[in-house]
Amino acid sequence: MNSSRRLFLAGAAGVTLLPFAAEAISEGLAAAIREVTGGAELRTGKVTLDIPPLVENGNTVPMTVIVESPMTPDDYVKAVHVFNEKNPQPQVFSAWLSPGNGKAAVGTRIKLADTQKVVAVAETSTGEFWAVSAEVIVTIAACVEDII
Amino acid sequence: MANVLVNAPKTAKKGDTVEIKALIMHPMETGFRPGANGRIIPRNIVEEFSATWNGREVFRMKMSPAIAANPFVSFFTAATESGTIVLRWSGDEGFVAEHRIAITVT
Amino acid sequence: MIRLRLAVALAGVFCASLAVAQATDPRRSGYLEMGPALQKMQDDDTANPAMLFVQAGAATWAEKVGTAGKSCADCHGDAAVSMRGVAARYPAVTPPLDRPVDLGRRINLCRTTHQQAPALEAEGNDLLALSAFVTLQSRGLPIAPPEDSKLAAMQAQGADLYKRRQGQLNLSCASCHDDNAGRKLAGATIPQAHPTGYPIYRLEWQALGSLKRRLRNCLVGMRAEPWEEGAAEYLALEAYLMDRARGMPLDAPGVRP
Repeated sequence: MNSSRRLFLAGAAGVTLLPFAAEAISEGLAAAIREVTGGAELRTGKVTLDIPPLVENGNTVPMTVIVESPMTPDDYVKAVHVFNEKNPQPQVFSAWLSPGNGKAAVGTRIKLADTQKVVAVAETSTGEFWAVSAEVIVTIAACVEDII
Repeated sequence: MANVLVNAPKTAKKGDTVEIKALIMHPMETGFRPGANGRIIPRNIVEEFSATWNGREVFRMKMSPAIAANPFVSFFTAATESGTIVLRWSGDEGFVAEHRIAITVT
Repeated sequence: MIRLRLAVALAGVFCASLAVAQATDPRRSGYLEMGPALQKMQDDDTANPAMLFVQAGAATWAEKVGTAGKSCADCHGDAAVSMRGVAARYPAVTPPLDRPVDLGRRINLCRTTHQQAPALEAEGNDLLALSAFVTLQSRGLPIAPPEDSKLAAMQAQGADLYKRRQGQLNLSCASCHDDNAGRKLAGATIPQAHPTGYPIYRLEWQALGSLKRRLRNCLVGMRAEPWEEGAAEYLALEAYLMDRARGMPLDAPGVRP
């Protein structure tokens, strides 16, 4: 799937992928991101975060991070890091890649405690950091449940 | 034995990029939730997932408590040579699981 | 694994047939109320977390147990053949009993009588997993409770329970699932309450669970006292709900929020 089709699909699904704006995030989240970037500049673009805009249950939220990259020994995605804003801890996962992956795309399912921002950061072999964030609305179940 | 469900091709053409999807049964208990008695249930998560192709690491992921129960991971890797892909999960309470996939590259 | 792969191949066919069935029937499976991400999670048998339990159930099916030293497969052979359509008929009257039982109870009757093994814990993972494996063999088949006077009596009791107001909120099942189905309760769409996907992997539970567990959750939500474990009310309601969903295709094992 080429990137324009991917972006179109992301748009059609209603996901709002936001340019990364450092001033718009909480200090805890910013600190967690700084830990992987070492304070390097975060650029906007190249990273797509495929995540539902409206989540029916925050216990299991499917998401995929896709990074545009030639994935050659000279220029590849070294790592993908995902963060959140309002869970007890900002880290979600880090994944390490190599040119041998052929395609920089990592999918998983995450927990989101509340409506919040999810940030994906891609680290390239050329030392650049690319970021994107998405607003995810987590709805709360209408009916209460027993504990067990 | 850990309950693992993996989707990977049995055969691939050399140079093709193949997708590997893996699910494992695991509670991914966050360590932040109170149990029925009001006490916090201790953290019990898978911390690391890795994949090797004939012994060479092709993917590694560090997980946090924010990964959902029964963790799912998907990634891509380019087919290089016939052999064995080993998926490995490890985590709290000495948890270790391995799953081997035979793949033929032509 | 062969069966799992076959299931993957059939999933596409099944989805198409589900779409056709739904086009002419006003009844809607809870599957249709989910967003595309969760539908996709259910549709892909290599990504549906319920399939982890199905896989465990397949192992139990083949495992020799009890003093009789028999597995399910020793008597029933290939589940894809012998169990096809079975889950779509339950609850049903089954020998040696002369009254309707649910699928889990039927499995445990096999355990205690034919395998001479202890019954699996009601709603425990082992029984849920085996039930899910058996139910998968009926995926895409229409729900078809048998014609039987004893079952009919139980369905009638269930219909009464379904309409009976109870609990501090003075609600009946029908208040939500008939009168307000399709509308929103907070952020969630109220489903029509057809038991097409059980046992389900419910994200709220982060686990596989039975229809009985779902009914108990509903009772708590209505601020009503849940019936005791093993109460006849659960079975009656299940019998009624299956009759109410007669003809709808099973889409188990389902994923639900």
